Amino acid sequence: MELLLDSLFNGVAIGSVLLVAALGLAIVFGLMGVINLAHGELMMLGAYTTYVTQLIFKLPILKPFYNSYIIVSIFLAFIVSGVVGILLEKTIIRKLYGSPLETLLATWGVSLILQQFVRSVPLAYGTGLVISLLIGLFLPTTFPSKIKESINFKYFKFSSWIFAALTGVLTGSVISSSVSKLSRASARNVDVTAPSWMRGQVEIIGTAFPKTRLMIIVITLISVIAITLFLNQSAWGMRIRAVTQNRQMSDCLGISTEKVDIITFGIGSGLAGVAGVAVSLLGSVGPNVGGNYIVGCFMVVVLGGVGNLLGTVLASFGIGIMTDLIGAGRLLSIWPDMPLPLSNTINFFATTSMARVMIFALIVIFLQFKPTGLFPQKGRMVEN
Amino acid sequence: MRISRRILAGLATASLAVTATSCGGGGTSGSFDDTVTVGILHSLSGTMAISESTLVDTEKMAIEEINAAGGVNVGGKSYKIEYIVEDGASDWPTFAEKSKKLIDQDGVPVVFGGWTSASRKAMLPVYESKDAFLYYPIQYEAQECSNNIFYTGATPNQQSEPATDFMYKRSPAAGGDFFLVGSDYVFPRTSNTITKAQVKQLGGKVVGEDYLPLGNTEVAPIISKIKKALPEGGIIINTLNGDQNVAFFKQIQDAGITPSSGYYVMNYSIAEEEISTIGPEFLEGHYGAWNYMMSIDTPASKKFAASFKKRWGADRVVADPQESAYNMVYLWKQAVEDAGTFDDNAVREALVGQKFDAPQGPVEVMPNHHLSQTVRIGEINAEGGFTILEETGVVLPQAWNQKHPSSKGFACDWTDPSKGEKYKL
Repeated sequence: MELLLDSLFNGVAIGSVLLVAALGLAIVFGLMGVINLAHGELMMLGAYTTYVTQLIFKLPILKPFYNSYIIVSIFLAFIVSGVVGILLEKTIIRKLYGSPLETLLATWGVSLILQQFVRSVPLAYGTGLVISLLIGLFLPTTFPSKIKESINFKYFKFSSWIFAALTGVLTGSVISSSVSKLSRASARNVDVTAPSWMRGQVEIIGTAFPKTRLMIIVITLISVIAITLFLNQSAWGMRIRAVTQNRQMSDCLGISTEKVDIITFGIGSGLAGVAGVAVSLLGSVGPNVGGNYIVGCFMVVVLGGVGNLLGTVLASFGIGIMTDLIGAGRLLSIWPDMPLPLSNTINFFATTSMARVMIFALIVIFLQFKPTGLFPQKGRMVEN
Repeated sequence: MRISRRILAGLATASLAVTATSCGGGGTSGSFDDTVTVGILHSLSGTMAISESTLVDTEKMAIEEINAAGGVNVGGKSYKIEYIVEDGASDWPTFAEKSKKLIDQDGVPVVFGGWTSASRKAMLPVYESKDAFLYYPIQYEAQECSNNIFYTGATPNQQSEPATDFMYKRSPAAGGDFFLVGSDYVFPRTSNTITKAQVKQLGGKVVGEDYLPLGNTEVAPIISKIKKALPEGGIIINTLNGDQNVAFFKQIQDAGITPSSGYYVMNYSIAEEEISTIGPEFLEGHYGAWNYMMSIDTPASKKFAASFKKRWGADRVVADPQESAYNMVYLWKQAVEDAGTFDDNAVREALVGQKFDAPQGPVEVMPNHHLSQTVRIGEINAEGGFTILEETGVVLPQAWNQKHPSSKGFACDWTDPSKGEKYKL
């Protein structure tokens, strides 16, 4: 019983890291069909946001709230990655809808730029830049419609960008002068330390579970529930579903597909940022942190069936449980005296490297029989 | 339009000129009779840049020190050392390509370079076919002995073997079972094959081993295996690389695998630089084995650390790979002066038997192109350094490991033409 619980927990823990990482991609790639190779780097931005937040919360003014920095960083990471994602959509991806190969190359290029960006730009000024983008992109949308419709709107827009740039430079310099660790560019990996209440273990029914893993599971669950509710219950969620099902028809019915694209891409990217927070709790934060997850993310989305959230959820927990089952050689401890050839085979695959090989092989075999994944899309849009 | 184009062209030329001089490693020679240009080849970009750039810094410092002391004296003439730095870009074929460039195009008499075994294996055929000479400064798995490479890092019998011995006989977990964890590439696998043979000889038991693919940071299955295999604590030998250590130590601490509950980790890839990245709070009470540790309390060691900090910044640290890199520049200088020429073959002959008072203590070049070195076992302390617990005498290098089944009974000797790369003892 204890063994089963331990194994199940491990599987769910591994699966939830995969799921939180793949969730944003399930939306961007699954719903919009955009192959976004910069998804990993959006995660990386989320992880760096956690690091920056952690340092800012060490300042004397915010020190009393230090223990809650991780909660704050989840929201900030969502915003940071979301804003960068929106910029990406507005400047590059919008022009490439319908040409997957070009999107793939362009987003790969963006991923390289983002990696080098965090290496060569001091994080304080990186933060300033994100703040400028945030203000520049959103300030004009808050103007009353009277201004928006006037001929001079472009001047208002322009002046708000100037305001945004100034605020960005100002925050950049303030952060840079108050937190010395953020004032210099560095290619070194940095470290996020979980607040004390999240370290150590908690005991449930006689088995000890690491708290950080539980936290990741909680973050994942909340993200999944929130995104499901948003897609199925809100008006914008309905529009997103309408556009993904039939773009021309939705356009004809007066849905602004442009806005829907921006919102969908922004949410997908923001979720990548949340995944970045989760990942930063496990290992170190560096320019390559996201790249390590990108293959796994695509694998989960394809296995689950493109365009289906439930599929993504099941696929990631499935892969997680299989990884633990094979990689830790669980079957041997459940059935210790199995015949020798069988136990030798299981032992052979019971290393992390070989478990990976086995899982990839299993996925390839599975996709031979169900090429569209666990839950394929049905209906007319599939034919397009 | 025309003017602006002219200005642009001028700017371009100016910037080219700046780059050219900045690559050439220094201005005109003052009181020197001549100059000699050497090659430095490490990764300055990509994943290995963080580690390898520290070696470039150290090598530059060693060269500057030699120049300040009058340069290299060959045949009555004093030579100022200049250097060309090339970027291996963390890409192994690039290392081979840049090696060719340094040897053929720049005509350097020696190249100081490499970090990963993969980069060395990629460069090896280039140096052998051109009969040029590479100085390689990293502790590695051995099982190689080239006439054209000079290895200043530790071989397994100069690092892992004394460490395993310490863990089994004298650590708080003495007599306990072993679990081996490593990244999935040649060094951890070779090193662990040797450790397994050694543990068997000592009468101990290896209860499990696992390898993490490079870049993968999911250590949950490994943790559950460690807990299953070593329920009451024991000895963990860790050969994980780079970032994977951060994930490993963060998560084993959360899972309760700590020194206070009887688990002791011996590390072969964690030096002072890595301790500060991972965070001493995760590593305190675990162990490391190196030839050089920054906490060595001798004038030579203190001087080395102090000059490095003075040259590159007070927050910088020195570690074993840097010390090896420092030694090799000096050993090359001594060999060239003894040979009285920069010619490869003469320098190679003069090199064997060279002695140097290194920061770690005296080292000597052996006929198998490796160094005799001192081995130290240290416990990682809260300040991010090592508390040195044990120090061996000088240990001779074994290019062919005597515990590895494939190389038992073999040795290497380049001073005797009848012996060479691999001969039966």
